[in-house]
Amino acid sequence: MRPAFSVLFLTTLIGAGQGLLIAMVTGQIFVTLGGGPEVSGGFFAGGGLLALILLGLGLVASMFHLANPQRGWRAASRWRTSWLSREVILIPLLCGLVLLYALAHLLSLREVSLVLGLLSLLVCLALFVCTGMIYACVRFIRQWASAWTVVNYLMMGLASGFTLAAGYAGLAGSALAGFLTAAALALTLAALAARLTQLWLNARGTARSCMKTAIGTHHTQIRQITQGFMGQSFNTQEFFTPGGAEAIRGLTLLFILAGFVAPLGLIVLGVPVVAFVIQFVGLMAERWVFFAAGEHVQNLYYQAKA
Amino acid sequence: MPKKQLALVIDLNVCVGCHACVTSCKEWNTSGWAGPLSDVNPYGADPTGVFFNRVQTFECGTFPDTETIHFPKSCLHCEEPPCVPVCPTGASYKREADGIVLVDYDKCIGCKYCSWSCPYGAREFDPGQGVMKKCTLCVDRIYDMTLPEDRRKPACVLACPSSARIFGDINDPNSDTSKAIRDNGGFQLMPEWGTRPSNHYLPRRKTTMTVHRDELVRVDNPLKVEGELPRPAFTTPTIDGASSW
Repeated sequence: MRPAFSVLFLTTLIGAGQGLLIAMVTGQIFVTLGGGPEVSGGFFAGGGLLALILLGLGLVASMFHLANPQRGWRAASRWRTSWLSREVILIPLLCGLVLLYALAHLLSLREVSLVLGLLSLLVCLALFVCTGMIYACVRFIRQWASAWTVVNYLMMGLASGFTLAAGYAGLAGSALAGFLTAAALALTLAALAARLTQLWLNARGTARSCMKTAIGTHHTQIRQITQGFMGQSFNTQEFFTPGGAEAIRGLTLLFILAGFVAPLGLIVLGVPVVAFVIQFVGLMAERWVFFAAGEHVQNLYYQAKA
Repeated sequence: MPKKQLALVIDLNVCVGCHACVTSCKEWNTSGWAGPLSDVNPYGADPTGVFFNRVQTFECGTFPDTETIHFPKSCLHCEEPPCVPVCPTGASYKREADGIVLVDYDKCIGCKYCSWSCPYGAREFDPGQGVMKKCTLCVDRIYDMTLPEDRRKPACVLACPSSARIFGDINDPNSDTSKAIRDNGGFQLMPEWGTRPSNHYLPRRKTTMTVHRDELVRVDNPLKVEGELPRPAFTTPTIDGASSW
């Protein structure tokens, strides 16, 4: 599949935003339940607003993916069957909840903010599932069609969000910095493990369709002479990756290093803000590889020009 | 009786790969009320364009024992279309009345998600209008009462010089399409995905005859002589009344 930068930005930005918000809410729960150190409402409000900015930037990026964004509102209508429609509903809902969450903190309404925080936590998790399922339910790309896609969208969002939260807590001099840094380390490690698992599984998988079923001819050797045209078409542009296997290999190495290994080291070294910036670039590369490595079944019909 | 399901049956045994269906499809659908099928850079070095129908060519076997298969490919109007439920706006839909899968160009936002959910590569994005397009089974022709009845067929069917394309209701057991599927081993593409395509294909069929050795020798030749026949007597009557010699 050809990676679309609008979608790369959308998924990484809202992932980090949701992760940051979950970090704020879990931090608040940690403080409330665990009798942790006293943290000011302003810290949570700031984190919430930062998450809101990331979500908003993601929404802006998503608009660039639509050829007719003026009709974008229609995308909320098919929530019964389409994961994309469910995502379209949940993003603005989450933005609204986060705004209220930040406001409640600014107005020092502790109990209200906790309820709103728990609500937004649930919506965040649901949104992760929706985003992941958009890709996981595309049966015709075997590299995407597994639960690991959802797990990875969740884990990478959490990892980048908690890293950002750790950096923010460090800058704000919050007492939660230790808790958030430990969580960021654990989540980045877990995300790396999950992503490596999916890489390993995808390398071992086999395609379900072949030339035999594609054209219905029971012959052991079938090759395409021509796809029917000499130029390009939507089918040869949207479903094929620029750069090919070499670019995928190179960027896989890059995202493992920049998305996970380097941030782990930088968090340990005590510079989580730098870690977040590098991790974000690495996760953009990861999303690029995720798209590029997806081999669509329809490619069977587009193999040769003559 | 099951619901009406219009579809094409394409006979791979007859298709000669002339691309007449491709050009007539493009001509009809680019000239219609729904807007053109955009071409980008059509006369340049790297042209692209929207087509609803393509003829592809495949080769089976190893040279010199090969067989060439011309394979027309368009939307199969699946009975379980995976492209429809994923559409976030409802622009992509399957008509109750006749089973044609269509896109409402006024609702489509151009997110391309439906094209990901089609294993056959049947949907193409039109960069001119910013919407997804696909074969409509010439829905603007087949119900046009101003046309003579035998012309109310998809443009590709009318254009095919070898009658490799049959159009009809595959759920009506007496239609030409149903008979062709039944009698000639009609099959569906990629049945493993459970999409139940409505368009069927008829396989390549070979007509062969076995000639046995004894069929090459006359059994009513008592002398077992294949050469000159015995001469008639000198007096045997002849047609011209002259000599039989």
